Amino acid sequence: MKTKIFTGMLASAALALSASTASAATLDDVKAKGFVQCGVSTGLAGFSAPDDAGEWSGIDVEYCRGIAAAVFGDPTKVKFTALTAKERFTALQSGEIDVLSRNTTWTMSRDTQLGLNFAGVNYYDGQGFMVRKALGLNSALELSGASVCVQTGTTTELNLTDYFKANNMEYKPVVFEKLEEVNAAYAANRCDVYTTDASGLYSIRLTLEDPDAHTVLPEIISKEPLGPVVRQGDDQWFNIAKWTHNAMVNAEELGLTSENVDLEKDSDNPNIKRLLGAEGDFGESIGLSADWAYNIIKTVGNYGEVFDRTVGAGSPLKIERGTNALWSDGGLQYAPPVR
Amino acid sequence: MNNDSNAQSSKASLLYDPVARSIFFQCLTVAIVAWLVYAGVNNAITNLEKANVASGFGFLTDRAGFDISQSLIEYTNDSSYLRAFYVGLTNTLLVSALGIFFATIIGFSVGIGRLSKNYLVRKICMIYVETLRNIPLLLQLLFWYKAVLGVLPNVRDAMQVGDIFLSNRGLAIPKFIPEAGASAILWAVIIGVIAAVIVGKWAKRRQMATGQQFPTIMVGFALIVGLPLLALVVTGFPFTIENPKLGGFNFNGGSVVLPEFVALLLGLSLYTASFIAEIVRSGILAVSKGQTEAAYALGVRPNITMRKVIVPQAMRVVIPPLTSQYLNLTKNSSLAVAIGYPDLVAVFSGTVLNQTGQAVEVVLMTMLVYLAISLITSTFMNWFNSRVSLVER
Repeated sequence: MKTKIFTGMLASAALALSASTASAATLDDVKAKGFVQCGVSTGLAGFSAPDDAGEWSGIDVEYCRGIAAAVFGDPTKVKFTALTAKERFTALQSGEIDVLSRNTTWTMSRDTQLGLNFAGVNYYDGQGFMVRKALGLNSALELSGASVCVQTGTTTELNLTDYFKANNMEYKPVVFEKLEEVNAAYAANRCDVYTTDASGLYSIRLTLEDPDAHTVLPEIISKEPLGPVVRQGDDQWFNIAKWTHNAMVNAEELGLTSENVDLEKDSDNPNIKRLLGAEGDFGESIGLSADWAYNIIKTVGNYGEVFDRTVGAGSPLKIERGTNALWSDGGLQYAPPVR
Repeated sequence: MNNDSNAQSSKASLLYDPVARSIFFQCLTVAIVAWLVYAGVNNAITNLEKANVASGFGFLTDRAGFDISQSLIEYTNDSSYLRAFYVGLTNTLLVSALGIFFATIIGFSVGIGRLSKNYLVRKICMIYVETLRNIPLLLQLLFWYKAVLGVLPNVRDAMQVGDIFLSNRGLAIPKFIPEAGASAILWAVIIGVIAAVIVGKWAKRRQMATGQQFPTIMVGFALIVGLPLLALVVTGFPFTIENPKLGGFNFNGGSVVLPEFVALLLGLSLYTASFIAEIVRSGILAVSKGQTEAAYALGVRPNITMRKVIVPQAMRVVIPPLTSQYLNLTKNSSLAVAIGYPDLVAVFSGTVLNQTGQAVEVVLMTMLVYLAISLITSTFMNWFNSRVSLVER
């Protein structure tokens, strides 16, 4: 009897081992299981955060819905996995999620050493500092000697070190794994300064007891291009991830919105025709149906709409488009043409 | 004829021979385990290669580029990842060693207190044990951290006793910077300890031979504390004192005991102490009442009875489970990650793992370290156990 149980355990362990091998064709896997598994943050308002009913919202969440719309024509066919900064890459590498859309900074080492590919930039961000107004500070250069709260395993942690070193200042790090723990420590006055991406600071400021008692200092100390990530070695899925974002940006540039896209379907503009699948076989070339981009625009919206309702003027965060405006409006959002 | 048939039947019944069968199954088990290990490692390597993940331990010599809030050894952001690993390791060892020390003291006191004749002491000890051992440790740690942060004042309103300041940034204390001649004090401590051990052994031998008693504890204390004090006076106090001063945002200068460290130490010590208390109580109760009565009948005083008759016999029951608690405490210290204390898990398999992405290597190293710490602790405790166990005739 003992032996039997033991061999049973061995057999199941062997099964578990062989099942963990990640498959290369992500699109086939996604289609087979019927939904996209998307890795998001544990809760950052505007980017990815669940509401009271457990519904996720945010710009990173909308991107995942966009992929689901492109693949299935239905933005609800997506499941979310909440990940800490520490867990995110391992979850993607191991195949637990299909795409990571979790305000993740595109850096060279992440792109080249982790077996991952960044599919674009859905938010241009930069690292900033938040302090209490009572301290009466005007510049980050006055921060020498301060205790700084920061989340572990982020580029933020490294930029912080570099910035203080470059400016010959000292600081005392207070490091936590989860965003909520950093928030709590800052709220309890364990540290003088909170540092993370500026967008994150605005979002976190709103959750503090008295948002007006805190201010974000003007210095932006780093480039933080945030974007979705997929596994390396699956070009088809990589293309889908890239072009989901590109389709949303192109749609804004062409003036297509979730409201007018049905009317524009019969447009004579060849650019619109190509994007919406009336001309050419662009959908087929990335393994999707011809109306892949139409589905994204119809059900999720263009980049501008998404930005507005998640982080922009239509949201509590009220972040200005700034560097995230279209290139034609003086910003950095620029997508290659569908041609 | 008889022999011949025996040989034949034993050949036929090799299948039913218990020895042969047991050897076969043991070989089979070893083969399966070896194959599983091989398959697992092979699978991991293949998958990593397929996923284009760089592997190997070369990253350990790269520049870390991040800072750590508490470090017992020299560390800056220019140090290597390997150095960061040592920082995490020493922080884990520090909190574990101090945790074991305090948990043992509290645990023994509470355990003996539960057997006290005093009603109040007995009940307080009971409430302590029943409360603390029944609440998950993680919650207790969060509680202590919130309590420590919540109760303590802001850095500008720090409580002050002399040159010691207490605030929610930690306990700022003067730092003693050794000058030339300071090593003499360290030597005095070492000599004091050795001398105390020798005196203790001599006193025990003399008592065995002649029955005369010697105030071992008093003399030992005098040696261990007195010698360094004497050295301190002789060398003329070879330390510069650096007092903490409030400047800018924080206290500068001096040494700081982090609130994260205090919360972790409190949580670990109090939680483990509640288990140790029960172990101690069970150990004492395991010694038959006849032993006490026999000692009293011989006219031995109660505290001597406790020290020389009850406790030595209780120890052989106490030590094996006590070892488990020490190991638990060491491993539980990895919960530090929840309250931001830079232990091995937080620094190495947290920050370093994420900055390098070398999950397999980092997790493997971390696991091996905990395994090594645990094995060393249990080896020491086994040795100690064999020392104190009763010599049976």
